[in-house]
Amino acid sequence: MSSHFLNLTLRVWRQAGPDKKGAFRDYRLDGVSTHMSFLEMLDVLNEQLMQQGEEPVAFDHDCREGICGTCSLMINGQAHGPDRATTTCQLHMRRFKDGETITIEPWRATSFPVLRDLVVDRSAFDRIIQAGGFVSINTGNAPDGNAVLVPGARQEIAMDGAACIGCGACVAACKNASAMLFVAAKVSQLAILPQGHPERASRVISMVAQMDKEGFGSCTNTSECEAACPAEVSVAHIARLNREYLKAAMFADA
Amino acid sequence: MFRVASDTLNSRVPEGPLQQKWDTHRFGMKLVNPSNKRKFTVIVVGTGLAGGSACASLAELGYNVKAFCFQDTPRRAHSIAAQGGINAAKNYQNDGDSIWRLFYDTLKGGDYRAREANVYRLAQVSNNIIDQCVAQGVPFAREYGGTLANRSFGGAQVSRTFYCRGQTGQQLLLGAYQSMMRQVGTGKVKLFPRREMLELVVVDGLARGIVVRNLVTGQMETHTADAVVLCTGGYGNVYYLSTMAKGSNVTAAWRCHRRGALFANPCYTQIHPTCIPVSGDYQSKLTLMSESLRNDGRVWVPKEQGDKRAPADIPDDQRDYYLERRYPSFGNLAPRDISSRAAKERCDAGFGVGESGLAVFLDFRDAIKRDGEDVIRKKYGNLLHMYNKITAEDPYKAPMRIFPAVHYTMGGLWVDYNLMSNLPGLYVLGEANFSDHGANRLGASALMQGLSDGYFVLPYTIGDHLATAKLPKVPDDHPACLQARNDAHDRVTKLLNVRGRRSVDSFHRELGLLMWEHCGMARNQAGLTGVVSKIRDLREQYWKDLRVLGSGESLNQSLERAGRVADFMEFAELLAIDALHREESCGGHFREEYQTSDGEADRNDAQFSYVGAWEFNGAGEQPTLHKEPLIFENVKPSTRSYK
Repeated sequence: MSSHFLNLTLRVWRQAGPDKKGAFRDYRLDGVSTHMSFLEMLDVLNEQLMQQGEEPVAFDHDCREGICGTCSLMINGQAHGPDRATTTCQLHMRRFKDGETITIEPWRATSFPVLRDLVVDRSAFDRIIQAGGFVSINTGNAPDGNAVLVPGARQEIAMDGAACIGCGACVAACKNASAMLFVAAKVSQLAILPQGHPERASRVISMVAQMDKEGFGSCTNTSECEAACPAEVSVAHIARLNREYLKAAMFADA
Repeated sequence: MFRVASDTLNSRVPEGPLQQKWDTHRFGMKLVNPSNKRKFTVIVVGTGLAGGSACASLAELGYNVKAFCFQDTPRRAHSIAAQGGINAAKNYQNDGDSIWRLFYDTLKGGDYRAREANVYRLAQVSNNIIDQCVAQGVPFAREYGGTLANRSFGGAQVSRTFYCRGQTGQQLLLGAYQSMMRQVGTGKVKLFPRREMLELVVVDGLARGIVVRNLVTGQMETHTADAVVLCTGGYGNVYYLSTMAKGSNVTAAWRCHRRGALFANPCYTQIHPTCIPVSGDYQSKLTLMSESLRNDGRVWVPKEQGDKRAPADIPDDQRDYYLERRYPSFGNLAPRDISSRAAKERCDAGFGVGESGLAVFLDFRDAIKRDGEDVIRKKYGNLLHMYNKITAEDPYKAPMRIFPAVHYTMGGLWVDYNLMSNLPGLYVLGEANFSDHGANRLGASALMQGLSDGYFVLPYTIGDHLATAKLPKVPDDHPACLQARNDAHDRVTKLLNVRGRRSVDSFHRELGLLMWEHCGMARNQAGLTGVVSKIRDLREQYWKDLRVLGSGESLNQSLERAGRVADFMEFAELLAIDALHREESCGGHFREEYQTSDGEADRNDAQFSYVGAWEFNGAGEQPTLHKEPLIFENVKPSTRSYK
């Protein structure tokens, strides 16, 4: 497919540090190839800023293949931009029009404080996993991999949840900044797989308690999270999380 | 260009029959008793498969672990991007697999440039890895009845690869990460994310600590311990364009090298045959399309040079399925080095496709006809989706265009059988070491090695060191700590004070092009000799004309990159010198002067059957070559053939 070029106005959130006041800055960027990825477009902007003696825009990114979950960005108000099931690093400029103004912000959530420009602190997610998002099995204790059978269809549902990349788009997209989809993805995976059963009840109680402690809001039931999720994690996992939580909270031997 | 040391390196491979070496060795090593383990602290740098699994396993044993990564969380290490799968000798398919066959395939796949005993141990523990991961809740693909599923990978004729759709690395890493986070919860692991290791602290000849830069505040921090474990991945980004994550770098390994650790076989780099081709000069990275696609996809180019017809309009008899033609018994599953060179050969000869002519087709037409689109979507859906996102083309309708790209580096810091470097107390695991893949790594073996090292090797071998070495406490203000901290601080200041005109990225791109051109898929003496001086010139310019804005006392991503590229500038020279000195072709190292009449690698066992481990004598100074002879007691090196 042949490329063409765009002239753009970028409205970018600039903030020098966690305690500094931020503001939008407008930048003009010309000659952006439609084959570029969104982050490559930001690379070009940063090269231009550097030449003009202005500090480059800080943004998180690493693998640039949509799997590490490092990149983020609210693009024109949408987490990871306009495409479904797509991280910002996989979004390409062919999706934008010549002459367009693109607004670029960091994730907006109190539990993800801004560190600089578009970079936020998502360590709350680590603390939620730390609270119970694991199977307590020490190295060396494992039985044969085929000792416990997991029907292919069940395993597929567990994998749907496990596919979460921990990017935080669900939180950013939610008007309550709820982390329910992130928590549900892990609870659901480990509730479906037999390996997760011994800690099923304690896990869901601890993870939800940590989620609340981190200041994430309640579920709105509006599914914005699912719409924004680059890994297409379904809100059906939230339903399972609620069932798991209810069972664990009501029955001591759940 | 280099000196040669008269000594040979001692790999400390235990005596006895191959099958019993690891068992005998485990019995022979000193143990640290359970109540003493809590007195020791171990630093682990890097939290990918090797680092994450090491952190979890060491903490479970009772050691205190301090874990460092430059990412915002350990779960983002680049192991996460591994797609296809992980090998194990389970023989669940009843197709003739065994520990011996996995060992043999891996050793042969590495073109007989790996250490026999390490590779055998890797094959031995491969089965434990699968069991461990399943127990953690890693959702490996399963058959309808609930048993684990397998697929085939390059370089093997059995189905031994376990997988989680096209995101196996992600699931294995999350398994290790979760086990590690469990230990963070117990207080046995202390986590230090957004930290970059800039120096190693060596006290009385022992590795005893590190200096890191806090990437948020810019503060230099000193951390001391009883041992340091490096799990910092490969150096593929020396080529700028690669399938590595943007942050992947050689800095931690290079800083250790500068403090005395030997760097082994840097010229063994893997160019992966199936990546999405370059589309423009703004390109920031290359994207891999898993080797597993070659299970069902067929690789071809037109038989006619410069045939620009749409692929669907080219009838079968005018297509050249060149892998099937040249390697009938392995076909599209020929190993990576061989498949990459075959693609290059066709493109160089003018048969390449796409706008640039630097691509070949990977075609699912026949597989879709045979199995239906749904089956193909289930197996490879996320990969084909990614291809579509990047190229705006539909791989279900038209063949994919692919081209080789830098993907993995087999070389790394030299380690003995215990995974300890020549600096006592410094352990190196996973892609960061050199030990198991020889001159070429087979698909689905990197995940196996990372987890083997972290779950099942280091936890045993590190005890022997801790139990026997004299390890008095090192205070943070020890002269060696202060020195390392000052060195790190001075470097940062120096980078900020160049105040030239060019960006870090522009230098990095230039270095990458030089390396790809002269030290890529094919190398020759003239090119390598020339590139060494070009690298030196570029390095000189770098320190004159680099421009890094901002300060060292805050989050400054240009400054982070500048430090990494400065180390790549030094490392690149060593890579080229190693490639120049190795006058043979083996695995990923192809010297044009040394090839057979049909264009295959011409290995020279008489002269080069050794590990080349380099000692640092100063930037731009001649390095010293130390050799570890490779001894094959069990498998006779033969000419590798996949025909």
